[in-house]
This record gives sequence, C-alpha cells and structure tokens, in this order.
Amino acid sequence: MTTTAPAPTTTPTTPGADPAAPSEARREPNAGVVHGLYTEGSSIADTKAPKGPISGRWNQRKFDSALVNPANRRKLSVIIVGTGLAGGAAAATLGEAGYHVKSFCYQDSPRRAHSIAAQGGINAAKNYKEDGDSTYRLFYDTVKGGDYRSRESNVYRLAEVSANIIDQCVAQGVPFAREYGGLLDNRSFGGVQVSRTFYARGQTGQQLLLGAYQALERQIEAGTVEMFNRHDMLELVVVDGRARGIVARDLVTGEVETHLADAVVLATGGYGNVFFLSTNAMGSNVTATWRAHRKGAYFGNPCYTQIHPTCIPVSGEHQSKLTLMSESLRNDGRIWVPKNAEDCDKDPREIPEEDRDYYLERIYPSFGNLVPRDIASRQAKNVCDEGRGVGPKVGDFRRGVYLDFTDALQRMSAETVAEKYGNLLDMYQRITGENPYEVPMRIYPAVHYTMGGLWVDYDLQSSIPGLFVAGEANFSDHGANRLGASALMQGLADGYFVLPNTIRDYLAKGPYPKVDEKHEAVTEARASVDHRLQKLLSINGERSVDSFHKELGHIMWEYCGMERSEEGLLKAVDLIRSLRDEFWRNVRVLGAADTLNQSLEKAGRVADFLELGELMCIDALHRRESCGGHFRAESQTEDGEALRHDDEYAYVAAWEWGGDSGTPVLHKEDLVYEFVELKQRSYK
Amino acid sequence: MNLTLNIWRQSGPSDKGEMRTYPVSDISEDMSFLEMLDVLNEELNAKGEEPIAFDHDCREGICGSCGLMISGQAHGPEVTTTCQLHMRSFSDGDEITVEPWRADAFPVIKDLVVDRGSFDRIIQAGGFISANTGSAPEAHSVPVPKPAADRSFMAAACIGCGACVAACPNASGMLFMGAKITHLGEMPQGQPERDARVVQMVNTHDEEGFGGCTNVGACAEACPKEIPLDVINQLNQDLRRALTHGR
Ligand SMILES: Cc1cc2nc3c(=O)[nH]c(=O)nc-3n(C[C@H](O)[C@H](O)[C@H](O)COP(=O)(O)OP(=O)(O)OC[C@H]3O[C@@H](n4cnc5c(N)ncnc54)[C@H](O)[C@@H]3O)c2cc1C
Ligand code: SF4
Ligand code: FES
Repeated sequence: MTTTAPAPTTTPTTPGADPAAPSEARREPNAGVVHGLYTEGSSIADTKAPKGPISGRWNQRKFDSALVNPANRRKLSVIIVGTGLAGGAAAATLGEAGYHVKSFCYQDSPRRAHSIAAQGGINAAKNYKEDGDSTYRLFYDTVKGGDYRSRESNVYRLAEVSANIIDQCVAQGVPFAREYGGLLDNRSFGGVQVSRTFYARGQTGQQLLLGAYQALERQIEAGTVEMFNRHDMLELVVVDGRARGIVARDLVTGEVETHLADAVVLATGGYGNVFFLSTNAMGSNVTATWRAHRKGAYFGNPCYTQIHPTCIPVSGEHQSKLTLMSESLRNDGRIWVPKNAEDCDKDPREIPEEDRDYYLERIYPSFGNLVPRDIASRQAKNVCDEGRGVGPKVGDFRRGVYLDFTDALQRMSAETVAEKYGNLLDMYQRITGENPYEVPMRIYPAVHYTMGGLWVDYDLQSSIPGLFVAGEANFSDHGANRLGASALMQGLADGYFVLPNTIRDYLAKGPYPKVDEKHEAVTEARASVDHRLQKLLSINGERSVDSFHKELGHIMWEYCGMERSEEGLLKAVDLIRSLRDEFWRNVRVLGAADTLNQSLEKAGRVADFLELGELMCIDALHRRESCGGHFRAESQTEDGEALRHDDEYAYVAAWEWGGDSGTPVLHKEDLVYEFVELKQRSYK
Repeated sequence: MNLTLNIWRQSGPSDKGEMRTYPVSDISEDMSFLEMLDVLNEELNAKGEEPIAFDHDCREGICGSCGLMISGQAHGPEVTTTCQLHMRSFSDGDEITVEPWRADAFPVIKDLVVDRGSFDRIIQAGGFISANTGSAPEAHSVPVPKPAADRSFMAAACIGCGACVAACPNASGMLFMGAKITHLGEMPQGQPERDARVVQMVNTHDEEGFGGCTNVGACAEACPKEIPLDVINQLNQDLRRALTHGR
C-alpha cells in the first residue's frame, strides 16, 4: 500500500488510561506502519466451525461440544452483561439449565434494554406462505445482503435456528400479529421478495424483549439468576489469559464492585452513539466492548455502520436523538423528491405528478422502494446533495425526501393504513407536528446499527478465552450491511440457542482455578477504574461532556458516515486526536463518584467513543473498496454504485489494541465462500 | 419561548429535598421536554451547579424509563411519555412544576429519579409463561383467535413507566398488573398458570406498598399507552375465579 499520508503523528497517550493494558500487544515501534496509523499482524481463522455440508455443521458442533452434568452446573458461574434480546435470552436459558448466572444492565430494569425499540419485525424461515422460502434462501439472502462479508457457517446457523425462535416466543406468549384463522401473519421487508417477517404491530422488539425479560424474571425468582440493575460495566478482568470477571459501578451508590465467574458474556449492544445523533437509546455505548478490546479482544470491522433510510429528519441544533420509522413503511409508501430544485420549498401536494422524481422506482425498477437500506440511504443523500432535498433548512441545507402515502390511502382506505401503520404515523405527527394522512412525511437516513463489534469465532468466543460476545456487540453474521428484521433474529438466536451450547463446551473443559479478589489482575482492574473516575472528576475544565460528544459525532458523520474518502478519513483521525486531547484537559464533570452521577456516566462513555472513533476511521481508511455500509468515494462504478473488490478485501478486519502509545494491529480473517457465489449485488 | 421551571431537587434518599426555581429562555417548540431539560442542564453545568438527574433512555416513548410529574400530571399535559412530550404543548411565559413520581412503592433515589424495582418483583411473582428454551411446540400448533391476539397485544403494550401509579390517589399498581394479567390470560399458552399468576402477583403488589384500587380511573387517563380500565376488571375477575378455585 502506498503511504500518501502525512508524516506519522504519534498517538497522544490517553491520560487516565488503563495501566493494565495487555503487554503482549506491544509491537516494535512503527515497524511496517501503514499510513502512519496501523501495522499488519498475522492472519487469523475461525477454527470452530465443523467442515462438511453446511446444513449439518451446527448439529455436528452441538454434538461435539462437551456436556456438563446437571449437578455440577450450579457450581459454575457465568456473568452476562446486557439484558437485551441477546443477553436476556442467554441469562434466562443458562439460568434454566442450572448455571449460576449474574446478569447486568445499566437501566433500572432489564425490560428497558434497547432491543425494546425495534419496530419492524423478525425474520424466520418458516415458509408459512409457501412462497418459496427456505433455510437455504434465508441464508443466501443474508449473505448476499451483507455484501459477502460475513461467514457462511454462522449465517447458515442463524437461518437454521430462526424457525425455533418463533416457536419459543409464541410459547412464551409473545402476541405476534395473527390472521383471522388464528395463525401467524407475516410480511415482507426491505431487500427480500418473500414474506418471512413476523411482527407485533410496530412494537416487535418490545414484545420479543418482554418475552425474554419475563423468562429472565422467572429465573430471578427461582434463584438461578442474580440481577444487577443500574450497574455499569467499566472493566474486564483477565486472569492468566482468560476472562474471569468484570468491574462494575453501582450507579446508585457509586460503589465500584468486582464480580468474578467462570466465563463472561458481553451482550451490550452496538456503538452507533459514537455519532451522537442516532436512533440508538441515549445510554447505548461502547464501553464494555472497548474495555475488553483494550484487554486483548479483537475488534472486527469497526467501520461498518448501518444507516437507516427511514428516519425523521433533524429539526434543529438542540436535537438529542433521531427517531426511526419502521422501514415496513416502504412497503406501501412511495419515495420521491421534486424533479426541479425550485420546487423544494413548495407544498408537496401542489407538485404535479410529472414534476416528481420517484427516484428509487426509476433507478431500480424491480425492487423500487424496497431496495436494501444502504442503497435507499445513499440515493436519498445523493438527491439531497444535488439540491433536491425537502423540508426546513438546517444550516443551509435541506435534508429530507418525501415518503408519500397518498396512493396507499386511495388504494386501501385510511382505516387499513391505520391498522397497518397507525402507530408509526401517529409517532411522526407527534414529533413533527404534521399530519401524515394529509401531507407526505419527510424522511432522511440516520445511523442505526453497527455491523462491527468484537471479533468472535463460531462459538461466539472472542480472542480472549472465556469471553463470549452476543447480539449486536459481536461482529458476526451481518457482513457489511444488515438486512431488515435480522438483528432481532440474531440476538435471540445467540441468546436462546447458540451460546447455551457453546459456553457449555467451554465450561465443561474447566474447572478453572478459583480467582481471589486480591489477585493482581483484579486489583489492577479496580485501580484503573477508580483512577479514571477520579481523573474525570478532577479535570474541572470548561466544556460539558455533551459538547465533546456532539463534536465527535459531527466529525464521524462528516468523514466516516454514509460516504468516506481517503482525504476525509485522514483529516478525521487528526481531528479526533486533538479533540480527545482536549477532552482530557478541558472536560467539566461536576458532582461526586459516590452517588448517582449521570454526567460521570456519560463522561466515561464519551471517553471510550473518542478512542473507538479513531479506530473506525483507520478501518474505513484501510478498506479501499465500497461495501455495504461502507461507501468509499474512490471505489464506485460508472453509474455511482458501490464497487467491491473481492480479490483484495474478502476478509474480516480484526483489530488488536496496540497499546496506548502504539498503533492498532490488523489481523485478517479470509472469508471463504463454498456455497454462495460472490456476485456484484445488483437490484436494478 | 421563555419559561419558569420549579424543579424538585433532592441529593439522595435521605435528603429532605426542595423545589428550586430555574428560568429558561429561547426554548423552541420542536424540542421534547427532555431536550429542554438538557438545555437547562448544560447551563447549570456551565455555572458550576450539578445537573438535574432524571431517567431516560430511548427517547422514543417505548422503553418506559422517563417519567415526570409535570404541573401535577403524570408525563405532562398530553397522553404520551415525557420524552415524546414536545414544547409546543406549552406557551411562552408558562410556569411549570417538575417532580418525581410520588408513591411509597417508588422511593426517590435522586432529584427526579425513582426506584421502580417493585414492578420487576411483581413480574417475578408470576408475570410470565413457564416455557423452557428449546422445548417449544411448533408455533402453528396452537392457533390464537385474532380478537384474543389483538386484545392480548393491546394489554402487552404497557411499557412499565409507572405513570398509572403516580396518577392514582392511592398509588395503586392495578393498571400495570391488570395489563400483564390480560396479556397472558388472553392466550391459550397462558392458561395453565392463570390462577396462580394472579394470586401471587396481587400478593406481591400489596407487600410492595402499592395501594388498593377504588375505581378512580386516573391511571387509565394518564397511561401513555392507553391501557384501558377494563384490564382491572379482568384482574378482579381472574382473582375471584382463582379464589373460588381455592388457590
Ligand atoms: C429504533 C430501532 C429499530 C430497530 N428495528 C429493528 C427491527 O425491526 N428488526 C431488527 O431485526 N432489528 C431492529 N433493530 C436492531 C435491533 O433492535 C438491535 O440490533 C438489537 O435489539 C440489539 O440487541 P442486543 O441484545 O444485542 O443489545 P441491546 O438490546 O442494545 O442491549 C444492550 C444491553 O447491554 C446493557 N449494557 C450496555 N452497556 C453496558 C455497560 N457498560 N454496563 C452494563 N450494561 C450495559 C444495556 O443495559 C442493555 O441491557 C432496531 C434498532 C433500533 C435502534
Ligand atoms: S399501565 Fe400505562 S401508565 Fe401504567 S406502567 Fe403500563 S404503560 Fe405506564
Ligand atoms: S425515554 Fe424511553 S420512554 Fe421516554
């Protein structure tokens, strides 16, 4: 690779950094440094997936994995951080199986985990509609939808267990939508041509999470799960190379606690909040996975961010979050902008049909408004960049396109539309003050989901033995782009069906020696947490935590958002470094560490985002191809579509922490396609 | 808009707490109520006064975290969550009082943050269907008639925010509990545990310090998810049935 970069800048060390960073990660200073930013390490591989016919691999793995005698399970303990679909399902299931589980979340109740916000639905290859669906087709669509950057074995397993998920949830009483005959209803969702999405009006995530939450509460009552609400995991404890516990802060009393176990699971969700404005919950963070990364867990594909096409546009500077409207709206709503920029401030109802550009239907006639998210998002950006965006100007720019239900309202009656989409339309009206039954809605893309996350093998084990990662927190299954309704599927697949089998294998290979609270690794982890908290409180500078977060978000969106270029990414790295430097000199966090202190919570999270942001830019920089959620301006076809380079980049980028004063180390895991032929994705 | 806010400040559970007055200016009507508090908190932080603590997460009206008494009304003047309440519901010059939920079963932790752990304990007592993972029958083996599925869904929409309790003069948790009883009781899957569920949940409700229901109806009026009062009738019916079955 050529080094067009400016002379290497040294990474400023982070004050308050963890004194217990892994020592084996340190490399020769600047040995083979690319771009002045990173080095390349040895390649890695997933060694756990069995070989042979893909449909038999998961059964084979389950058969091969060792068993634990029921009487011994009580003696084995597992820490699970996160109570979303992935963590909640895993804690309930491992509790049922008889292990001693400790479950953590930062909210006041596990029921509030961010999975609750998912609206659209969950995929499953049930083929209830007899429309040609099958496990293989769900597998195929997911690999293709992920732009061929996910693992075949993992994705096949996901498709395979998807049908069991629906059975499990129905048995728990999840009130899915039903037809008059009493059977389950389903619908189709962005990017696919079969009806395989199960839903509970616009509240699918809520209903699935309540199912898992109720199963979890049942285990809490039964005494198999110990629940720690309002606890923030701030450090991972690694003893003799194995994950053995966490350091967490009780957010009410401020007390810093150590929890030790035989294995640790992180199911802490995604890191989209690095952009400040996103559809994620305000507390969503990268802290748990980032702290684990600093302790040796590889971070996979950090730059793959999913941008969701149907969000409510920003209305002003004060805005704290963006609201998503389920993309199921694209089934019946039509997307357009005026053909002429002069019409952009007109009342849309007065723009005649011939002056409207239904650009998705025009460019992609066979998929129309149902093209996958990355394509729908980028085309919306393109038309706005051309000056044809609609809605109020924020800055000097209109960021919005119409999502129009007029035709649907004529075709189906207002009652039917209300039955199908009513709560979404009401939500839109509440937020914008406009009535979507009368005026076309306005939408714009927003950061929604992160396909990157900690690297895991087929067993969902990270590069630290004993540390498992599930749900959005891991990198697997979705490749460079996630199809709609597949994150809920992955969270529940991991939690209910995968982890309980793979952790068992790890636990059965124990027993692992008991760790003493006085062990050096434990005391060091605690000391580093105390040190960081004190440092954050003592700076007493001039700027609020939020002001740093907003500035970081702006840099990330501008240079590492929907479109990235070499020049922009290099600039972003410099900007982030100086922002991080200022943060540690000039942030103001008031209050004390020994009480509920929400500014202190935020400060710790933003500090970690400031480190992650740089790695995301470096990852985006090194990947000189356009792929799914990563669009490199330098790599496009003549008509502006994403151009992949499978010969060079068909790999997972797994990053190793390089130490506070070193550079990150890139390990490549080659992706081998035995069952799906790599094709340029085309929806034309 | 310019507004005057009277906000409850309480540094911890053992502190007495007091109302403090804060003027805010330049509030846009597109802000949510919580974004308005964010603006105030930025000002407080700049002045060296500790920001006001309040619970929130999704800011989309679905997680149930947020919840404030706004001028005496749970979540404020509209039927929605506090995060989805927008400043266009207020007028320039308004004086607004902001307090935490008040109920013995929801002790104050700090400022506007309360402990709603009692809701989780009610669910632990029986608000579930016992279905171990991996042993579920094929989903289509048990059809659920659409009207039952719809009613179940309507009740399952409860977000556990606690507004019903805060609005009730008796601080009763019956609407919350009735919603869960109805959600699970409408389905064939929920039948085996139906009697035990209601008895155990009601017992826990009373032990946690919630008050009894005297049919005031303030709960359903305040509920952001429009859970109807008849879930309380359902609860009472189920309870009577369970007691006559001798559970
Ligand atoms: C608005 C919206 C709509 C969506 N709609 C859909 C959809 O229709 N279909 C679909 O398939 N997907 C959808 N998604 C994506 C999907 O909801 C998420 O990817 C998925 O729910 C993530 O689940 P999870 O269990 O991995 O994590 P989460 O549900 O995010 O849970 C994270 C958990 O980790 C805990 N946690 C995090 N950090 C810490 C810490 N440091 N210490 C302690 N605890 C911590 C939190 O308390 C929480 O319990 C949507 C996402 C959004 C934002
Ligand atoms: S019944 Fe309504 S008010 Fe009460 S907790 Fe549920 S959603 Fe909130
Ligand atoms: S913050 Fe989630 S409901 Fe208001």
